[in-house]
Amino acid sequence: MSNNEIYTLTVNGETREVRDAWVGESLLYVLRERLGLPGAKGACEQGECGSCTVVIDNRAVCSCLVLAASATGKEIATVEGLNPDGSLTDVQQAFIDEGAVQCGFCTPGLVVAVHGLLERNPHPDELEVKEALSGNICRCTGYGRIFAAVDKVIADRNGGAR
Amino acid sequence: MSSVATRRDTLGANALRPDGIAKVRGEFGFTGDLWHDGMLWGATLRSPHPHARIISIDTTPALLIPGVTAVVTARDVPGQMNYGLIAEDQPVFASDVVRYMGEPVAAVAADHPETCRRALAAIVVEYEVLAPLWDPERAIDGSAEPIHPDGNVFRTQKIVHGDPNARGEVTVEGEYVIGMQDQAFLGTEAALAIPDHDGGGVEVYVATQWLHEDQKQMAKCLNLPAEKVRLTLGGVGGAFGGREDLSLQVHTALLALHTGRPVKMQYGREESFFGHIHRHPAKVWMRHHARRDGTIVNIEARFVFDGGAYASTSSAVLLNGITHTQGPYKCPNASVIGHAVRTNNPPCGAMRGFGVVQACYAHESQMDKLAAALGMSPVDIRVKNAMETGDVMITGQVMDSVAPVVDCIRQTDAIPLPPDMPADPHELELPGGSGLTSDRRHIKRGIGWGVSIKNIMYSEGFDDFSTARCRLSDGVVTLKFATSEVGQGFVTLAPQIARTVLGVDDVIIDTIDTGVGSAGSTSASRQTWMSGGAVKGACMLVQQKLLEHVAREHSVDASSLSVVDTEIVNSAGTLRISVADATRGVSFDETYEHHHRPTEDLDENGQGDCHVAFAFVAHRAVVDVDEELGLVKVVQIATAQDVGVALNPLSVIGQIEGGIAQGLGLAVMEEIIVTEGRVRNPSFTDYLLPTTLDAPVVEARMIEQFEPLSPLGAKGVGEPPCISVTPAIANAIRNATGRVIDRVPVRPQDICL
Repeated sequence: MSNNEIYTLTVNGETREVRDAWVGESLLYVLRERLGLPGAKGACEQGECGSCTVVIDNRAVCSCLVLAASATGKEIATVEGLNPDGSLTDVQQAFIDEGAVQCGFCTPGLVVAVHGLLERNPHPDELEVKEALSGNICRCTGYGRIFAAVDKVIADRNGGAR
Repeated sequence: MSSVATRRDTLGANALRPDGIAKVRGEFGFTGDLWHDGMLWGATLRSPHPHARIISIDTTPALLIPGVTAVVTARDVPGQMNYGLIAEDQPVFASDVVRYMGEPVAAVAADHPETCRRALAAIVVEYEVLAPLWDPERAIDGSAEPIHPDGNVFRTQKIVHGDPNARGEVTVEGEYVIGMQDQAFLGTEAALAIPDHDGGGVEVYVATQWLHEDQKQMAKCLNLPAEKVRLTLGGVGGAFGGREDLSLQVHTALLALHTGRPVKMQYGREESFFGHIHRHPAKVWMRHHARRDGTIVNIEARFVFDGGAYASTSSAVLLNGITHTQGPYKCPNASVIGHAVRTNNPPCGAMRGFGVVQACYAHESQMDKLAAALGMSPVDIRVKNAMETGDVMITGQVMDSVAPVVDCIRQTDAIPLPPDMPADPHELELPGGSGLTSDRRHIKRGIGWGVSIKNIMYSEGFDDFSTARCRLSDGVVTLKFATSEVGQGFVTLAPQIARTVLGVDDVIIDTIDTGVGSAGSTSASRQTWMSGGAVKGACMLVQQKLLEHVAREHSVDASSLSVVDTEIVNSAGTLRISVADATRGVSFDETYEHHHRPTEDLDENGQGDCHVAFAFVAHRAVVDVDEELGLVKVVQIATAQDVGVALNPLSVIGQIEGGIAQGLGLAVMEEIIVTEGRVRNPSFTDYLLPTTLDAPVVEARMIEQFEPLSPLGAKGVGEPPCISVTPAIANAIRNATGRVIDRVPVRPQDICL
C-alpha cells in the first residue's frame, strides 16, 4: 500500500516524517495510525461529528476531511499538544469537574474546539458557545454538563464573571 | 450528605470519573485505538440486497491482491453457524440466503484498511435477488412465505385482565407509528483479537455491553471451550443497547485464528448503521375507555414490532411493550395483543427504553386525547389516574416498588415555564436555526406532557445476576468485576460503594474481563442495582472478615465492631483503629453474586409477576413551532424523576440530560429511513442527531425515596429520561398546532401539509 514517498508534518510543534504512506490517507488516519496520536477520534468520516477536531494554522478543522499530504508546511495541533508538561488545561479540568465526560469519545474533539473558541472569543455568550460547538456531537450527555464546563472556564478566566 | 462523605467520595457524593483525566487528554484507550505488533486489519463484505439467494461466492480475486492475508466465509466457521441472544437464528455469515441489506457474507484480513476495501470489492458474489418481505402485517397474516426456517413471527403474546368488555362514558382511540431509531454511539464497533500461540484459543479486546454473553456465543461459533475465548473490555464509546448483540466479535476472532496473527476490526459509520440492531419501528393501536370523571376503565391495544431479519431481543422487547400498555396509570381491565415479526428490514433489538418507548408514545398520546375529550387538563387526567404502590397491574403483578408518580407530575408542574420568545429573537433561537427560514409571526408555542413507567432489570424468569470480587490489603481495596463501563459511570460508583462500606480511600478497579463471573449486561437500567449490589455484597463480606480479624487481635466481640468513616470502632467506645492499620500485613478476598428476586413467565393470558422493579418519570416539554414550514425548536424540558437514592447526583443529572437529548432526537429528527428493506440514510449527514443548538434547557428534579427492594436503595436511572420526553414533545407540537401528530419522529410534512 506504499508509494515510498516521504513527507513531513508539523504536529504540536514537532517535525514528523510520514514514510511509506498511501497518499490517499486522511490526516486523521496518519495522526492515529502512523504518528501514534490517537487522541483525535473517527466517528463519522464526513465532518459531521467533530470527534476528529484538530487545529491547523489556528483553525479548528475535522481531520477526517483533510488529506494528510496536503497539510505539509502547516502547524497542526492535536489534543495531545494541549498540555505538554502533563498538567491539565482549565478546559480539561472543567470537563472532569462538571461531569461533561461520559463515554468520552467526543471529549478530545470538544476540548480542542472549546480551546479554539475561547482563543478566538474570550467572552462568548450562550448562543455563541452553542453555535461554536454545534459541529461537535455528543451522544451521551445531552450537552448540559458541557455547557456547564465551558461556563466555568469563562467565569474563571474572567475572575468570576462571564 | 455529610462533608466527610463528600471529601472521601463515598455514596451520595459527586465523585468524579476515575477515567476522566485520560479521557480529556485523549489518552483513554478506546477499542478502536488498540494496536498490536504484526496486526492485520479486518473488514466485512455485506449484502447489497435486503433479500437474495446466494448463487456463488468467489474469493480468489481478493486473495490475489498483495497484502491480503485471508478471506473467510461461512465455510470457515468451525462451530455453530448461527448465533443470537435469545434464539440462535442469525448466521455468522450468510451462506444460502441474505435476509437484510448489509448482512455479512465474507470477511477479509489485510495489511491496511485500503487493502481491505479493495479486497472486498474484488470478491465476486452472485445473487438471485428475491422480493423482500417489508410489511410486518404480511408476516402476521401469513400471506408471505417464510423468509427463515423459524418462520416470520418471533412472538405473539396477549394480555387479558379483568373484564375486557368494561366500558366508560368516554372512548378515545388512535394508531401511532414510531420510526426506527439508531443508538448512534460515537465509538463505532471495534475489536482486537490476538490468537494464542498454539492456535487453540484467542484473546479479544472488544467494546461490548456484556462480556460473558459475547464469550458464550463466540465460543459456540468458534468451536472452542469458553475459557479459550478470553474477553477484555476495550474502551467503549457509548452503547445505548446497540452493543448487546454480537456484531464483529466472531468475525475478528475467526480471522485471527485463521491467520495466526492479531486482527483489528473497526466499523466506519456507514457500516455501523448496518452492523448493529436498531430500535424497533412499531405501530401501536390503543383504545381507552374512561368514566366522565376521567378514571380509566379499560384499555384495548394492539402492538406490531418490526423485528427485521433476525430475532435478537424482539420477544423481550415485545413483552416490555405490551406489559407497559397502561403506562404509570391505574387500569383495572385490559385486552392487549402484541406481535413481534420477522421481515427483510434491518434487524432490531435493544435500545434505551426497550419496547417501553413505543408503548409510552401511544399511551401518552391517548392521555392527551382523553383529557381533550373530557375537558380536563393534561396534568389533571394524569394525576387522576396515577399509579401507586400496591396497585395491581394488567399482568396481575402488584406494584411493590416505590411509585411516586404524583410527585413526579407535581414537581415537574412546579418548575417555572420559560420566558416567552422575544419579539425580535436571535435566529438561532428560531425553529430551523441558522437556516434563517422561520418567520417569527408564524411561530406558535406549545406545552406537552409525558409520564412513564419503566421496568428495571431483566424479566420473565431470567436470572441476570452480577458478580464482584473485593480484595482489601494494607488499606487499599481492589475491585474486580466484568461490568461493562460504556460511559454510564459504574467505574465511578463502584469505588464509592467500597469507600462507604470499608472505610478506605484508595480503591483500584482491576481489568474488566471474563476472569471473574458474569455481571450481566449493561442494559435495562440494571448495573447500579445489580453490579452495585454485587460490589456492596463483596465489600460486606470483606468487612465481616476484617471485623472478625480485629476482634481476635483485640479480644473483643466482632459484633460490637463497626466501620465508621475510615476507622473501626467498638460500641463501648474503647477501641478505635484505622482501617489502614487494621489491614496492615493481612488481606481479605471475597467474591459475591447478587441475584434479584425471581420473576415469572407470562401465562397465555399475559398474567404473571414478570418484572423485578419499576422506575417513574414525568416530562413537560415547551416547543416553538413554525406552522408554515413544519419546523420545531424544543425550548425547555422540565422533568422530575424517581431515582430512589441518588448515589452520585452529578452522574444522575448526566443520565437525565443525555436521555432527554435522545428522546428529543426520536421526537423530531432521528429516523433510519427504510423503503422496501433498503436503508436510505446510513450516515451522520442524513441521520440527524441533536447538536448543541438543538439541546433544550433542561430543568431537572430528582425524587429521592429509598427503594427497599434495591441493595443500595437506588433505582436505575438510565432509561426513564429518554422515554416520556418523546411524547411530551409530540404532545407539545399538537398543543401548538392542533395537528394530529400520530407518528414520531414528527416531520415537517406532519405539521404543515
